[in-house]
Amino acid sequence: MSFPWATHYAPKSAFTQWIDERLPLPRLVYNAVGAGYPVPRNLNYFWNFGVLAGAALGLQIITGIILAMHYAANGAIAFDSVEHIMRDVNSGWLLRYAHANGASFFFIVVYMHIGRGLYYGSYKAPREMIWLLGVVIFLLMMATAFMGYVLPWGQMSFWGAQVITGFFSAIPLVGEPIREWLLGGYAPDNAALNRFFSLHYLLPFVIAGVIILHIWALHIPGSNNPTGVDVKGPQDTVPFHPYYTAKDGFGLGVFLIAFSLFVFFMPNALGHPDNYIPANPLSTPAHIVPEWYFLPFYAILKSFTVNFLWIPAKLWGVMAMFGSILLLFVLPWLDRSPVRSSNYRPLYKWFFWALVVDVLVLGWLGQAPAEEPFVRLSQFCAAYYFAHFLIILPIVSKIERPKPLPMSISSSVLHGEAQESAPYGAGGEAPLVAAAPARAH
Amino acid sequence: MANVEVVDQAGVTEKVEGVGVRRRDWLNIAAVSVAGVGGVAVLIPLINQMNPSADVLALASIEVDISKITPGMGIKTSWRKQPVFIRNLTPKEMAEANAVDVSSLRDPATLAERTKPGKENWLITLAVCTHLGCVPLGVTEGENRGAYGGYFCPCHGSSYDTAARIRSGPAPLNLNVPEYKFNSDTVVQIG
Amino acid sequence: MVRIIAFLAGLVFVAALVVAMLIPRQPAVENTAHHFHVEPKQVAFASDGAFGRFDRQQLQRGFQVYKEVCAACHSLRHVAFRDLTDLGFSAPEVKAIAKGWATEVPSVNPDTGEPATRKAIPSDMFPSPYANEVAARAANNNALPPDLSLMTKAREGHAEYVHGLLTGYRPAPANLPVEARPGPGLYYNPVYANLNIAMPPPLVADGQVSYSDGTKPTVDQMAQDVSAFLIWTAEPKLENRKRTGVAVLLFLLLATTLAYFAYQNIWAEKKGKHLPQT
Repeated sequence: MSFPWATHYAPKSAFTQWIDERLPLPRLVYNAVGAGYPVPRNLNYFWNFGVLAGAALGLQIITGIILAMHYAANGAIAFDSVEHIMRDVNSGWLLRYAHANGASFFFIVVYMHIGRGLYYGSYKAPREMIWLLGVVIFLLMMATAFMGYVLPWGQMSFWGAQVITGFFSAIPLVGEPIREWLLGGYAPDNAALNRFFSLHYLLPFVIAGVIILHIWALHIPGSNNPTGVDVKGPQDTVPFHPYYTAKDGFGLGVFLIAFSLFVFFMPNALGHPDNYIPANPLSTPAHIVPEWYFLPFYAILKSFTVNFLWIPAKLWGVMAMFGSILLLFVLPWLDRSPVRSSNYRPLYKWFFWALVVDVLVLGWLGQAPAEEPFVRLSQFCAAYYFAHFLIILPIVSKIERPKPLPMSISSSVLHGEAQESAPYGAGGEAPLVAAAPARAH
Repeated sequence: MANVEVVDQAGVTEKVEGVGVRRRDWLNIAAVSVAGVGGVAVLIPLINQMNPSADVLALASIEVDISKITPGMGIKTSWRKQPVFIRNLTPKEMAEANAVDVSSLRDPATLAERTKPGKENWLITLAVCTHLGCVPLGVTEGENRGAYGGYFCPCHGSSYDTAARIRSGPAPLNLNVPEYKFNSDTVVQIG
Repeated sequence: MVRIIAFLAGLVFVAALVVAMLIPRQPAVENTAHHFHVEPKQVAFASDGAFGRFDRQQLQRGFQVYKEVCAACHSLRHVAFRDLTDLGFSAPEVKAIAKGWATEVPSVNPDTGEPATRKAIPSDMFPSPYANEVAARAANNNALPPDLSLMTKAREGHAEYVHGLLTGYRPAPANLPVEARPGPGLYYNPVYANLNIAMPPPLVADGQVSYSDGTKPTVDQMAQDVSAFLIWTAEPKLENRKRTGVAVLLFLLLATTLAYFAYQNIWAEKKGKHLPQT
């Protein structure tokens, strides 16, 4: 698409020719994820997570559509209908466990995907739009996951809905009316359950739509790579198919093995026992926590415990929690370093890993009780989170002296792992030859 | 789709490597085929989930008390969420049914074939018109029984006789007789 | 401009957190319940592990304990009598169990339309011993006996917790503060999070249930059996799940291995590495 040496789709038969002239869908696919998309040849396994996220979305949509055939979105019978799925529907237990754990695995791969983008500077010019669309997808995912967690109508579902819609009541003046509008009542009930079900069904298709834009935007500059160096010529790339389809196929297998371990052998490990208790508006569970993938943000919410600058602590918490995600929208303009990959950013690299540890610790603190030392520690970690993006990153990008970058992707590859690729010699000649057959058809 | 990939992969490797590649091609073919087998296996639960669930199957048999159904009377009950007619035929209705020349019928069957021995007066049929599934009239006192004194389907005008056999109208078959047995003189088990 | 605003916003957030961090804390109060709490001890169940299977004899014994002890107060509303065939009961046995169940199923008198009850049939769920929550609370000193269908999935500690709770009753220790001592209608049980539980000790003596298979009905044995039974009621498809899981994993290992070699094969000439010839 974007590189002049990309191979062009050539229909192989009269039939595909006929199709191509009328609806060039095979051509579109060929250019998007086929041999027509040249991809840097040095991508590592962290580049598998984009495709895996797409697979996870597909898994969720398929299992979700099926579960919706058996689920009843009514406060009186929602919980029972889930148990009906678990006990009586043919393979219902498999479908429900796959969907519940599928949500977790979707977040795991998306977090890896985001982390890869952060480390290798995939959000930087010219890829800002890909990043922005990615953050939109992430926000939609969070909304979808939250509403999906409400549907089984267990205790955690109910109190999750209560607490999360409670965020909006922190907004001055209009907060309470907004919350009532969201819930269609004063507390979560049928009205809320029904609209959450409707939106939970809708949003994944919106996500799929934004993913198409995300991939479209990706194909304008092409994929980033571990060196962060721009593609210079055909010797730097390989066609997506078969090279990365094969690698993604292997990645998908590993993903499915990990996923199956959870679905079949510890299906409730990532859930919470209280959600097997039917929703009871009159009694809150002793210890309410969101699903694990929200814990870092929940820890940030909880860490604001004092009124400050005439703003109440509750509003601080809510602003910080939303702010912690929304700040990702301005990330491309906060980091001014021209170097993308952290491999060549000796100073930033340390802060990146500090951020990873920080978010993991925040996740752990998210489920910890509101006691010392957990509160102080989460305040420290939340402070680092904001400082990292808003203060440290702009400063580091200004003062840091990056390491020298390789001349090109192929020179980096040839000086690195592929040193022993003797048959092709040491020059940039060989990959050109290797790429040629793909061009031929 | 899977096949196309195999061809592509084989094509690429072949051109690059030339001689000696064939031996390794089986790997790509095997990998794609195994993935295809897995994909098909996954379809099984995805399709099977639409079959009746265990709680629906558990309702597959019901017991009905027929002690209060006097000759000439009929009731409509529900089995597998479908209506069922249970009718206690009068001797006159049985005689009418037996008087018909079986070979002239659209769906030939005698009353005896459609009832249990010794219980010929108990006509138990699904109340589902064999045309397009409406519930025929005629089981309740005063309803239109059609030209043949049995049941009449108001949707498209099929008439059934006193043995619930199709006599006129678009329906192709007699009203279906479900599996049933008499647990006692007064209790019949359907299904 | 973006960076200046971001910098200021960052400073404000960090300041709010630093202030919150520096504010002195109230000294933590010693949590009595936490101090006296006892973790349930470990129990091995036949259904544990990747290859776990139910011990059907044990499930039947557990069902007997449920029927003779628990069912007086606790419902099992997600389980149907027909499900008992999983425990190794035959269809006629299930029918007899349903018909003889002490609590009848709510129904309507066909002649008068008045509320009535009828004998249970296999397709019925286990009927609740109480008509509704108010009745249940009225009969139990305002405590609500929870439904047991999902109990082993609905509590931290799962089946071990159930076993621990059933065997955890003991006299309140002498050093227990007065305010933590069981009030009227409460019983000391340190496995329970609040220490004092409204449920009277359900299993009080060895031989409370007489087993027909020769197993000695000690309190511990009965507690284990009913816990195993409640693993089954919470997850009747457990065996199915694990068996399918082993097959799926074996398949995926094969498929992924093949995918790995196919991947290496396709990349071989790019990386200059060659696979061992197969």
